[in-house]
Amino acid sequence: MRLLALTVLLLPVTASLSAQNSVSVSNAAIMTDGSPPKLSAFGFFDGAASRPSPGLIPYSLATPLFSDYSEKQRFIYLPKGAKISVGDGFGRVTFPVGTAIVKSFGYRDAQGKLKVIETRVLLNRANGWTALPYVWNADGSDADLRIGGQRSNVTFTLANGNTQQVSYAVPNKNQCKQCHSNAGQIEPIGPLLGNMRFPSPSDQQRFLAGVTSPKSPQIMPAWDDTKSATVAQRAQSYLYVNCAHCHRPAGSASNSGLFFDETAIGPAAQGIGKRPVAAGRGSGGFDFVIAPGKPEQSILLHRLESLDPGVAMPELGRASVHTEGADLLRQWIKEMG
Amino acid sequence: MDFNRRALIDRLRWFALSALNYPIGFPVFLLHHRRMEKRLTAIIAAALFAVSPPHLLAKTISVDAGDGAQERLQEALILAEPGDVVQLGKGKFILTDGLSLDVNKVTVKGQGAQETVLDFTAQAGAGEGLLVTSDDVVLRDFAVENSKGDGIKSKGADRIVFHKLRVEWTGGPKETNGAYGIYPVESQDILIDSVIVRGASDAGIYVGQSRNIIVRSSIAYDNVAGIEIENSIDADVYDNIATRNTGGILIFDLPNLPQMGGRNVRVFENIVVNNMTPNFAPKGNIVASVPTGTGVMVMANRNVHIFDNVIGEHGTANVMIVAYPLKHTDPKYDPIPSAVAIWDNQHTRAGWAPEMPGGKQLAAAFGGNMPPIFWTGAGGPANAPVVGDKVMAISLGLTEALADPSSAQPAPLAISKTMPAALPVIILPKEMEAVVQ
Repeated sequence: MRLLALTVLLLPVTASLSAQNSVSVSNAAIMTDGSPPKLSAFGFFDGAASRPSPGLIPYSLATPLFSDYSEKQRFIYLPKGAKISVGDGFGRVTFPVGTAIVKSFGYRDAQGKLKVIETRVLLNRANGWTALPYVWNADGSDADLRIGGQRSNVTFTLANGNTQQVSYAVPNKNQCKQCHSNAGQIEPIGPLLGNMRFPSPSDQQRFLAGVTSPKSPQIMPAWDDTKSATVAQRAQSYLYVNCAHCHRPAGSASNSGLFFDETAIGPAAQGIGKRPVAAGRGSGGFDFVIAPGKPEQSILLHRLESLDPGVAMPELGRASVHTEGADLLRQWIKEMG
Repeated sequence: MDFNRRALIDRLRWFALSALNYPIGFPVFLLHHRRMEKRLTAIIAAALFAVSPPHLLAKTISVDAGDGAQERLQEALILAEPGDVVQLGKGKFILTDGLSLDVNKVTVKGQGAQETVLDFTAQAGAGEGLLVTSDDVVLRDFAVENSKGDGIKSKGADRIVFHKLRVEWTGGPKETNGAYGIYPVESQDILIDSVIVRGASDAGIYVGQSRNIIVRSSIAYDNVAGIEIENSIDADVYDNIATRNTGGILIFDLPNLPQMGGRNVRVFENIVVNNMTPNFAPKGNIVASVPTGTGVMVMANRNVHIFDNVIGEHGTANVMIVAYPLKHTDPKYDPIPSAVAIWDNQHTRAGWAPEMPGGKQLAAAFGGNMPPIFWTGAGGPANAPVVGDKVMAISLGLTEALADPSSAQPAPLAISKTMPAALPVIILPKEMEAVVQ
């Protein structure tokens, strides 16, 4: 039944992608240890970020991670005959060796044309997942490995028509792991079946064909869909997707004791009435991560709305404030009072 | 009294000024306490002068300061293989983002804590200057300046060695400085030896949620807390100098954290003097509640032994033992300190300007000065510290953790002639000690 529900939520994410092409994905490049200097070695794209291989399954997320208002295109490559399993709760997907997860980031120019800056790949190799960042070259024909990351200035237009310039950061290889770390090992973050949406039924079928022992995941509410879920439900979706990859017992922020994943038990673990530990000036002079009814005195909002590197959360990939996300959390904290 | 108190104070003051204003060319000085003199000389020499032995067996990746330092250094830290040395050249590395190391058994080595500087003044992202997340790492002979968040953080990095490093916010005490200077957390086996940390808006040297720890021969000044051991088990803190902080050495345990029950900490042979810098921690953090003029402070720990230190010139107290003072809802957390012992410390002046709540009234009750050692009384007499120091120590008689300080009923603590059994000496793997020999 839940799987049927998923089909209702199909979204046209690949409208901007060109007609399919014939380049084929290289299983050898995915599986072999090492870091190809060119993205083209994998065969994920046919000479442009807008021309994905037919072997890639496009998908989107109902509630995505905010990354400086960039537009993202997500794909999964499953090796032939792949068996995938779906976990409890929101349905974390476990992939077989040989899987690749491919995610491109870009911004639209004044003419509305998407300019892709970078493509990050997660490769499931025999010895575990590897994360590599690639930056597209000037003519957009291929992308180069940037293991040490890169910064560049980008300008984009916000929903209200204002333009904004940020120092956009392509993460370095270690930073990839910082977010994707589970007890020190790299793993995918995004693919929760309950949060995934497919552009067409055939894409969904291609993905689900490999699912062994089908489960009905809990559907993650879209953070911005006011009709389908309450403020609290949407706020929790937002926190789960934007924070829980670090803020969980096996994540990079384990030492904070502040958890936004399923393991958070009791209000303090989720920040309600919880005092800061190692926040330093991140506290903003406030006593609690979440002060119910008082968003203006909640450290969580202070850090979400700061652009100062010693204060801002998340620590990576946020050179701008996600006003809409902050507004949702503000409303949620206010309604707790 | 086996030393001249006034002369000691004068020399310590002179030492502090000399060491801090003239970090190169620090002159020899004398203390009446000969062992301390010897140790101090060693600390200063190690922290500021000593030359490191060369590494002969490892592959060396050299990185020099100059254009593109961020990408070049970060790539070197990513491409290093276990056993390698990433060698930093002399000069200032101008960095625009945090750096990170995630490869086991790598040494990052500069040309000296004055000569090789990782300058994060222009940092645009990341929560710390340098982040280490791998095991068996050695960081030595370089400086980190003006990071936006913490200076050097290591998380889940077992057997890490910090040696002859300097972490500094060069503008001195400011609320806008990063929280921690040297910040290992969630790790087993930590050696911090001969480092110097200045300006942290929380703690200069902070060890959190870890086990088996040595902090020694280091200098922490102009921080809110000089050295802080928090939610940690089995630590030796010795031969350090903590001065001009708000509080010198803090041994704390806090609720709602994955590791609680901080215990088994020895604080000995340190010089903890003149920690009178007004508290500049951002509010909300527990150290923002540390009263200006605190020497050694124990909060909610058990088995803490404080001995053979020189502690003095603290307006609030030389040693204070307190319960966690805030409401909490963590059933697994114990806010009451217990089994604290204090002996053979040399005290100088304390208590003339107590900054804790109710302090002025208490001082008045004692004729103007608080005694140098106090315990809040939390948990009642069974939890009273054992005090062997020859100075006045009192209980405030506040048996409840959350008691109102104005209801204090101060009473002297008896001076004990017998001390508890010694805590085990912290022993680190010999490979770690070999690094600093």
